[in-house]
Amino acid sequence: MITFEAVAKRYRNGREALTNISLHLAPGEMVFLTGRSGAGKSTVLKLIALLERPTRGRVTVAGENTGNLPTRRVPAFRRRIGVVFQDHRLLVDRPVFDNVALPLIVSDSSLKEIDKRVRAALDQVGLRGSERVLPAELSVGEQQRVGIARAIVSRPPILIADEPTGNLDPQLASEVMALFRRLNEVGVTVLVATHDLQLVRESGLRSIVIENGRIAGAVADGTLPIIEARR
Amino acid sequence: MIGPSGYLARHAQALLSSAGHLARAPIATIFTVVVMGLALALPLGLDVLVRGAREATHDFRGAVSISVYLKTSVSEARAKELARTARDRPAVERVELVTATQALAQFRTQSGFGDALNALEGNPLPNVLVVTPRPARANPASMETLRQYLAAWPEADAVQLDGDWVTRFNAMLQLLQQALLIAAGLLAIGVVAVVGNTIRLEIQNRRAEIEVTKLVGGTNGFVRRPFLYTGALYGVFGGLTAWLVVVVALALLNPAIARLAQTYGSSYTLAGPGIRDLQILLGGGALLGWMGSWLAAARHLARIEPGAG
Repeated sequence: MITFEAVAKRYRNGREALTNISLHLAPGEMVFLTGRSGAGKSTVLKLIALLERPTRGRVTVAGENTGNLPTRRVPAFRRRIGVVFQDHRLLVDRPVFDNVALPLIVSDSSLKEIDKRVRAALDQVGLRGSERVLPAELSVGEQQRVGIARAIVSRPPILIADEPTGNLDPQLASEVMALFRRLNEVGVTVLVATHDLQLVRESGLRSIVIENGRIAGAVADGTLPIIEARR
Repeated sequence: MIGPSGYLARHAQALLSSAGHLARAPIATIFTVVVMGLALALPLGLDVLVRGAREATHDFRGAVSISVYLKTSVSEARAKELARTARDRPAVERVELVTATQALAQFRTQSGFGDALNALEGNPLPNVLVVTPRPARANPASMETLRQYLAAWPEADAVQLDGDWVTRFNAMLQLLQQALLIAAGLLAIGVVAVVGNTIRLEIQNRRAEIEVTKLVGGTNGFVRRPFLYTGALYGVFGGLTAWLVVVVALALLNPAIARLAQTYGSSYTLAGPGIRDLQILLGGGALLGWMGSWLAAARHLARIEPGAG
């Protein structure tokens, strides 16, 4: 579902965020991406969501080579990927319902469909009844769950999350991870970037460690550097 | 696939969203609308004045005529034939024959030389045709063509174009109208620039929203849509403001105009802009606003990408 082949990414300011990274996520797999801040985790997610393009190498997501995907096809590509950010990126002047509905609105879903799916997504994250509330009136944890609801509302086959539990207490973090596991169980490919190693260990899932823009850690199958493959 | 009703619903949603944004920033909205309104009111006001002048004078079209002095040897019967010939010209509205007999009688009455005229052996005055052109042909070019045609008659002794001052007056009005068009064009560019700048600032203010929308798969067209409606709404409200400004200005001016007209024995007042003017202002304003916002959106939206944050 997601493949990186000898990928490098150098930003315009000259900073080399990734150096020769190769990794692979099979369809329906859930994987953690770990490493210190600035290691390159967010860059990997940006390359998957086509917020950036690789400087070198090849990134393939859902069969699309993102490096040469025409700009006009980028919006449709992004609709197939749910993205959860640590800072939520919610529209502060819009109620919860509108925030969660945004992916459906941009894909021209019917109003009936939007209403049904938004309520279902809010139900999944435990925020049913908060439709008319503004994000600022919610706790940080609740805002994070609104961000998750927005990421899953259009039922994307791929879900990527950048430090989704960074602002949450352990209880809420576990709930969020449980939600990701439930989504993964129904076939969604999930990639979670986190520096919370405790969370990774508790999950028992495969994780990929990045350090200084390179894959670090044990190599499991000779081509992909995988550690803690305990699933 | 979205159906027609869904498509309309999306546009209605974008329109409502744009109206909501304008309502949430009333002061900024009012300033922009007033600037646009004043810019649109200027050409409208001038147009109303020019139209008023034309209407008041009827372009002095009745005052323009060509007098054809026939040779004294031309009989009255022949003069009548020539009058009929002239009347058949498409440029001619009417032809009046002032016979030599009528002219002498008139001269006798008005001049006070009645007795002296009795001493004349015959009537020295010629038959005269007074040719009045159709209003649509009362322009200098058509009048000159007609004058040349009449002067070419062998029976014509002299042809005199009356009312050169009217031609000059109409030329001045035409000049004013052309200046008005140029001013309107320049002010339209100004309106586009004002809206474009306002939308540019709006885009900067809503950068986060645009990034998130693109992040979840919103196309440039989708993101652009509410900005286009915002520009069009600015134009509509600007047009409405311009109309109201001119209506109020005329209401204030008309008593003074009526007093001036009264001194000429007229009850004339300037007619205000009508519903058609309002329609043109609303449509034109919306189009200019749309253009301004489209230019700003096309330039700035493509530069905003979620990855840049």
